[in-house]
Order: sequence, then structure tokens, then C-alpha cells
Amino acid sequence: MTSAIKNYFNDVGVLSLFIARFFKELFIPRYEFKEFLKQCYKIGYKSIPLVAITGFIMGLVLTLQSRPTLVSFGAESWLPGMVALSLIREIAPVITALICAGKIASGIGAELGSMKVTEQIDAMEVAAINPFKYLVVTRVLATTLMVPLLVVLADVIGVFGGYMGVNIHGDMSLYLYITKVFDILTFSDLLPATIKTFFFGFFIGIIGCYKGFNANSGTESVGVAANSAVVTASLSIFIIDMLAVQLTDLLF
Amino acid sequence: MVAQQTLNNSTEDKNPVIEINNLHKTFGADNHVLKGINLTLNKGEDLVVLGKSGTGKSITIKCIVGLIKGDEGEIKVLGQDIMNLNTKELNKIRVKVGFLFQSAALYDSMSVRENLDFTLRRHNADISEEEITSEIEEVLESVGLAEAIDKMPSELSGGMRKRIGLARTLILKPEIILYDEPTTGLDTVTSKEISELILSIQKERKTSSIIITHDMACAKLTADRILILKEGVVYTEGTYEELEKSEDEWVRSFFI
Ligand SMILES: Nc1ncnc2c1ncn2[C@@H]1O[C@H](COP(=O)(O)OP(=O)(O)O)[C@@H](O)[C@H]1O
Ligand SMILES: [Mg+2]
Repeated sequence: MTSAIKNYFNDVGVLSLFIARFFKELFIPRYEFKEFLKQCYKIGYKSIPLVAITGFIMGLVLTLQSRPTLVSFGAESWLPGMVALSLIREIAPVITALICAGKIASGIGAELGSMKVTEQIDAMEVAAINPFKYLVVTRVLATTLMVPLLVVLADVIGVFGGYMGVNIHGDMSLYLYITKVFDILTFSDLLPATIKTFFFGFFIGIIGCYKGFNANSGTESVGVAANSAVVTASLSIFIIDMLAVQLTDLLF
Repeated sequence: MVAQQTLNNSTEDKNPVIEINNLHKTFGADNHVLKGINLTLNKGEDLVVLGKSGTGKSITIKCIVGLIKGDEGEIKVLGQDIMNLNTKELNKIRVKVGFLFQSAALYDSMSVRENLDFTLRRHNADISEEEITSEIEEVLESVGLAEAIDKMPSELSGGMRKRIGLARTLILKPEIILYDEPTTGLDTVTSKEISELILSIQKERKTSSIIITHDMACAKLTADRILILKEGVVYTEGTYEELEKSEDEWVRSFFI
């Protein structure tokens, strides 16, 4: 038990050093711009279908689930606004980030883990190429920028899913629906929700890289790296969300 | 003539490219792997290192390039004490020391061309595209695999992977090459081809090499001198012919 606690704090310490190294290497040339774009494509573009489908379903289901309660209060006209609010403030960012933790953090963990195990990272090192810069900085930047964009996509598609949900029972024009959404939605809903997604993206990337980069030798450790990347990234998303919401509560 | 000979010998003796003195390395609490390695590699020499699995051969050459940090002792590469260099200074040495991994360690996600391009481009900031192409073609030619240029590593056989791995280190024009079991896992014919390639590279490029191997055919062909490691120290050294006829039965057992 004590050794588990010791390991945990050790892990946190090493991860902090890893993060510090990221910020140190971020500003030193050479910039691996091509690899960064490639990772944006892989991380962002390739996740669009998954995020779009889940976004749509979240909007649709949330509407169908909320409708009976609002109807019983005679507040059915609040439905579009309420759904949009919960989607944009909480559900789309968190669910999208969790999906990205599952898809992206595990992918990065497995990729870098297998590069580590097959000595490809060592090969860069002995060729005097900085593997941290090429592999870690590019991937973390890509997730930090792509996860927020994917969340925005999930927001938009989720709101559209809500519109479909409303029209299962009633008949509302898209124009009216969107007017109702923006009646309720304000800038102070959008801003904190968007800011926290950058942190989600950053931690998805850095934890995936950290787990892969520090994989032990032996092929089974690739699976371990991928798995613990997902678990740690998911947990960190909830923790960041909790902190972000409390902070928002104080400030706005 | 005789005088000149001795003069040549003595200058060669004073021209070591790698010197290791009393190198120690312990993993964890009590896994004392290297227990005072002493090793010298002279300029232009092919030094073969023999020893049972787990005696610390790979660890020794990984210490030479700073992949693993020794606990105690001294390692001089091309006159520089690499145990006390910062990353930038160490990288300057690393460019001059090629390292062929046992697994070849090709970058899986890149084609053969990209493997070489990736390495070359990062050390020659203002090289033109034509020069890159011609350097890549030339180095592939010299390892006899010009036709593999657009293949992915997964499409290559074990022997081809070793050749490409070698091409990837040669493209930086190293002065020293460290080979970790270059022929292990290959069939006899391919092993012989790789051994001949190692020899021809040393002849053409005047490199100095350390070759870790269990393959006595490879050792016989390439070795100017052989070193045998046992339990973390250098047990004995000599030429192939000397060690083959050694009094020591354990030493002779390598040559069967
Ligand atoms: N990264 C490592 N961590 C812990 N122990 C290691 C590590 N690498 C090697 N060792 C230990 O060092 C010993 C020697 O390894 P190595 O130099 O690879 O042997 P070989 O002579 O077969 O190349 C191994 O048996 C192992 O116990
Ligand atoms: Mg070995």
C-alpha cells in the first residue's frame, strides 16, 4: 500500500518533469512543422466521424430525455436552450475529450511505446536527433489544438441533433430553434467551456506521450502503455473539468 | 624499414578513437553488470567483442554513445570524455559514431527513403533536394540495396533491415561504427554477406569499428583483434589465431 502511494507520487513527479521539458523544448528550433501537420491530420481529421456521430446522438438523446420533465412544467419552449446549454457547457467537451482519450491517447501511447520497445527512440537519440522534439512536442501541440476544434464540431452537431429531437414530437423551424438557442446562450457560457478544452487536449497528448515514452522493454509493455494512457487521461479530464467548473463558478 | 615499421606501430598505438577505463554499471540495487571494463579501439581497427548473452556487451557500447550512463569510470571517444558532456556536446560526438542496433531499429512509419532523408536532413540544414536524393541513392548503392528505396521496413527481410540500418548510420559519414550482433538471426549466407559488407565498409571508408557477435565466421573475417567479456570484465584479448589456440578451454570453446 505504501509502495503504491510512493509510486503514485513518483509518477506525478516524473510527469511534471516531462511537462516542464515540453515547455522548454517548445521554443527551441528546429520546428518539426511537417510532422505537426501530419499529426493534426491524424488526430483531428481522422477523429471527425467518431466525434460527429457521438455529438449528434448526445444532442438527440438529451432532448428526448429532458422533454417530458419540461413538458410537465409547461416549459417546453425552454427545451432548445436548455439542451444547448448543457451540451456546450459540459456534455460535449467532456464526452468528446473522453472519446479522444480513448482514441488518441491510447494511439499515441501505443505508437510511442512500440517505438521505445523496438529501440527506434534510442536510434534517434544516437543519431543526435531529439526524439522529444520530433515525437512529443508535435503530438502534444496537435492534440492541444485539435481537441478544442473537435469539441466545437460536437457542439454544432449536438445542437443540430437536438433540433432533430424536438421535431420528433413537434414541428419547429430550424430558424426558430436557433433563435431560441441563442436567446439563452451567452458569451460567458462559451468562453470557459472552450478554454477548458485546450487543457483537455494538452493532457490527452502529454499523458499519451509520457506513457509511451516511458514504456519498459518487452512487447507487453506497449499494451500497458496504451491502457494506462487511456485511464490516466480520462481521470485527468474529470479532474480538470471539476477545477474548471469551480473556477468558472467563482469568476462568472 | 624496420625503424619505420615501429614508428608506424607506435603512432597507431597512440591513436585510440575509443578508450574505456574501469567502467562500472549497476542496474537497480544489486544487478552489477559491468565490473570495470577496460577497452581501447584504435583508429582503423575492427575490434570484435565476444561473450555469453547477458555479460554486458550491449550495455558497454550503449555507454559509449551515452544512451546509458555509466556509474563509474571513464569513456573517451575521439578524445572527449563523454561521461561529462552536455547534450549538445554529446550530440556532436554521436554524429561521428554510427550505431547499428541488433534489431536495426528502422523507423516503422517511414519508408526506406524517409528513414535516410529524416536522418540526413536534420544534420545538414541547407542541403539541396538533389543532394539529398543523390546521397540517399549513393549510400543505398554501397549497402547493395538501391532497389529498396521506396519499400516500407515491414516489407524487408531481416538481412535487408540490417543493411538499411547500416545505410542510415553511414549517411552521416561516421568515423566509428558500433555493430550490435549484426548477423544474429540471419541465415548463414546472409550472415556472410553482412560480414563482407562490414569489412568492405571499413576498407573503403577507413572507419574504426566495434563488432559484437556470436558468429565466429563473422569474427574470423572482420576481426583485427578480439576481446572476450566474462561476467562484466574483459577476460582476455588477442587475434583470432591466438585465441583459437588458447590454453584456456573456456576461451577455445568460442571457436568450435
Ligand atoms: N535497461 C535495463 N535495465 C535493467 N537491467 C538491464 C537493462 N539493460 C540490461 N540490463 C541487464 O544487463 C545485463 C546485460 O545486458 P546486455 O548488455 O544487453 O547483455 P549482452 O551481453 O547479451 O548484450 C542483462 O542481463 C540485464 O540483466
Ligand atoms: Mg546484446
